[in-house]
Amino acid sequence: MGKDKMAGRTRGINRRTVLKGAAAGIGLAAGSGAITGFPTIWAQNIKNVTLRQFGTGVSNLNAIAEKCKADTGITLQMTALDSDAVAQRAVTQPKSFDIADIEYWICKKVFPAGVMQPMDTKKIKNVDKIVPLFLNGKLKPDSVIAQGTAPHSVGFVEGKDSTRFAKSQTQWMTMIPTIYNADTLGIRPDLVGRPITNWKDIMDPKFKGKASILNIPSIGIMDAAMICESMGEIKYGDKGNMTKAEIDKTISIMTAAKKAGQFRAFWKTFDESVNLMASGEVIIQSMWSPAVTAVKSKGIPCVYQPLAEGYRAWGGGLGIAKHLSGLELDAAYEYINWYLSGWVGAYLNRQGYYSAVLDTAKQHMSADEWAFWMEGKPAKTDIMSPDGKLLEKAGAVRDGGSFENRMGKVACWNAVMDEDRYMVQKWNEFIAA
Amino acid sequence: MQSKSYIPYLQVAPLAFVFGAFLVIPILTILVVSFWDYDFARIIPDFVLTNYRELLGSPVTLRTYLNTLRYAAIVWVATLAIGFTIAYFLAFHVRSDTWQTACFLICTVPFLTSNIIRMISWIPFLGRNGLLNSALVGAGIVDQPLEFLLFSDFAVVLAFVHLYTLFMIVPIFNSMMRIDRSLIEAAYDAGANGLQVLTSVIVPLCKPGIAIGSIFVVTLVMGDFVTVRFMSGGQSASVGLMMSNAISLLQYPAAAANAVILLVVVLLMVGAMMRIVDIRKEL
Repeated sequence: MGKDKMAGRTRGINRRTVLKGAAAGIGLAAGSGAITGFPTIWAQNIKNVTLRQFGTGVSNLNAIAEKCKADTGITLQMTALDSDAVAQRAVTQPKSFDIADIEYWICKKVFPAGVMQPMDTKKIKNVDKIVPLFLNGKLKPDSVIAQGTAPHSVGFVEGKDSTRFAKSQTQWMTMIPTIYNADTLGIRPDLVGRPITNWKDIMDPKFKGKASILNIPSIGIMDAAMICESMGEIKYGDKGNMTKAEIDKTISIMTAAKKAGQFRAFWKTFDESVNLMASGEVIIQSMWSPAVTAVKSKGIPCVYQPLAEGYRAWGGGLGIAKHLSGLELDAAYEYINWYLSGWVGAYLNRQGYYSAVLDTAKQHMSADEWAFWMEGKPAKTDIMSPDGKLLEKAGAVRDGGSFENRMGKVACWNAVMDEDRYMVQKWNEFIAA
Repeated sequence: MQSKSYIPYLQVAPLAFVFGAFLVIPILTILVVSFWDYDFARIIPDFVLTNYRELLGSPVTLRTYLNTLRYAAIVWVATLAIGFTIAYFLAFHVRSDTWQTACFLICTVPFLTSNIIRMISWIPFLGRNGLLNSALVGAGIVDQPLEFLLFSDFAVVLAFVHLYTLFMIVPIFNSMMRIDRSLIEAAYDAGANGLQVLTSVIVPLCKPGIAIGSIFVVTLVMGDFVTVRFMSGGQSASVGLMMSNAISLLQYPAAAANAVILLVVVLLMVGAMMRIVDIRKEL
């Protein structure tokens, strides 16, 4: 491993010298405004480029790869892995991917390892239209920045070769945001038999043996924190960066509940959560938005319940591997520009996620779709999923309402803590207890 | 003659190479890595004892090992009882060779599907609204669905027994088939009853088969992580699961240290079995 790193470094220096020359040229071009036409120059060659993208299952969709091939000619090879495996692959096999489709908290772990290169925002056409949440952490100018690893805090680095996150917006972006959402608890409205309003409701003795939370430490601990805070047991300084004492307290509350038989199971993958809910093994649990959709599409009632304390949000983006250069690098920029140009955004919005550039996505959605997904208005016609399945009948309203209502109520982002190692150790004790 | 002395070495060379490349070197690597340091993204070559200290100092480790040993013990008893009975039936009660072969093949049919599929297929069967609970509630045997059937220690042990009983049947059946039938007749002629024949003739002669089966079952259960995770609904721990968690979080040195300790524990267990039974007699 040591050897590999050394080799990587020498190559890095070589590339850097080359890039310096190139950068001067690009700088000139950018200054003269010629940069806008840049990607199309290569359009012919780019048709032959294959980009290997890996990431979590959420946005590694074949439909996107097919449309990308049709629109830009770039072939995308997609690999879907779970969050931990993605972080692991990115760090240990940096040459095994060209594009990393990862979450921001993973970026916080991976980017400092020097396996990715920051992107020049001058080459990103719609950069000014990206939702400000990713630029300065605020949905609206008067919003409060949520706790946890807020995307803007790891969204920029100080310079082209830097691996240090910048405090504010710079020209160099670590990742281009693509997809994000606000997560909450999923419930079976037909089986819970009472209104669910707070995170603490998952601990109701009435749901003994019928509750579940997810067993991915970095995310599970945040759900646990939302629950403990809602119970009034703990007041956190920062849920996204807990102290050892806070971690201990959180884990001891969860362990006590586990020993009392509150939880039916802990799930690790999307499919497990769908099966638990659909089979009725579990009636209230941590859930991801498309899992709720998947349960509903089986004809089983399921609600993504908005809660008083707010949401736990997550965001993902596309980053470029360090080893990309030349034509492949151009293709990567072309792909990212295509990603933000609207079709993908509309596709993701129709799945219940949100896209980073809303204006372009809106152009690819019908007025009714936009009103339902983004404005929280009742659907005028039946709402279909991107692959043509019926999701909601006319008259339905999205759980949680409008974009502002959901993303404006984010209490914390998925996070990596300073006490990460300690937290993981404690989390494993909780699972083993 | 002198010139041929190298031939035995050549003959063992392929196996020695395979063992060296795919067993000895990887295990040495694990041993070395277990002393390395790590942070969230990297493993750092070093010589530290923190991995072992954290592992051996944690009450969770002890609990997890005890839990895994408990699974191994229960599964061993169950697979031995079932495996011995089935092998005995096949070897001594099925008279015709054709039927013996046919029955033996039937035992192996489930093994044509993947281990994971056989395990996961229990989940819809045992669930709260699963086939078994629906049948029990429908027949009026129970009022409420039985919750302990799935996502419990019961489910884990059930899946293990289902998965691994064949590993017990095959070597025991093999041992039984080698028993000279005239020994049994002699025992009866000498006045032994059925039970005495079983305990004084058949069981002692089956010991190597039982030992081999036990080694299979115990090592498989000790190293398992996927069955425990799925059948307990992620609520129980096993040593394998501990390692799998550590690996998924890039904590390779911690996982390596755990692997070394598990290896030592399992080798001790296998060593103990070998002391009790001389397996070479079988081979």
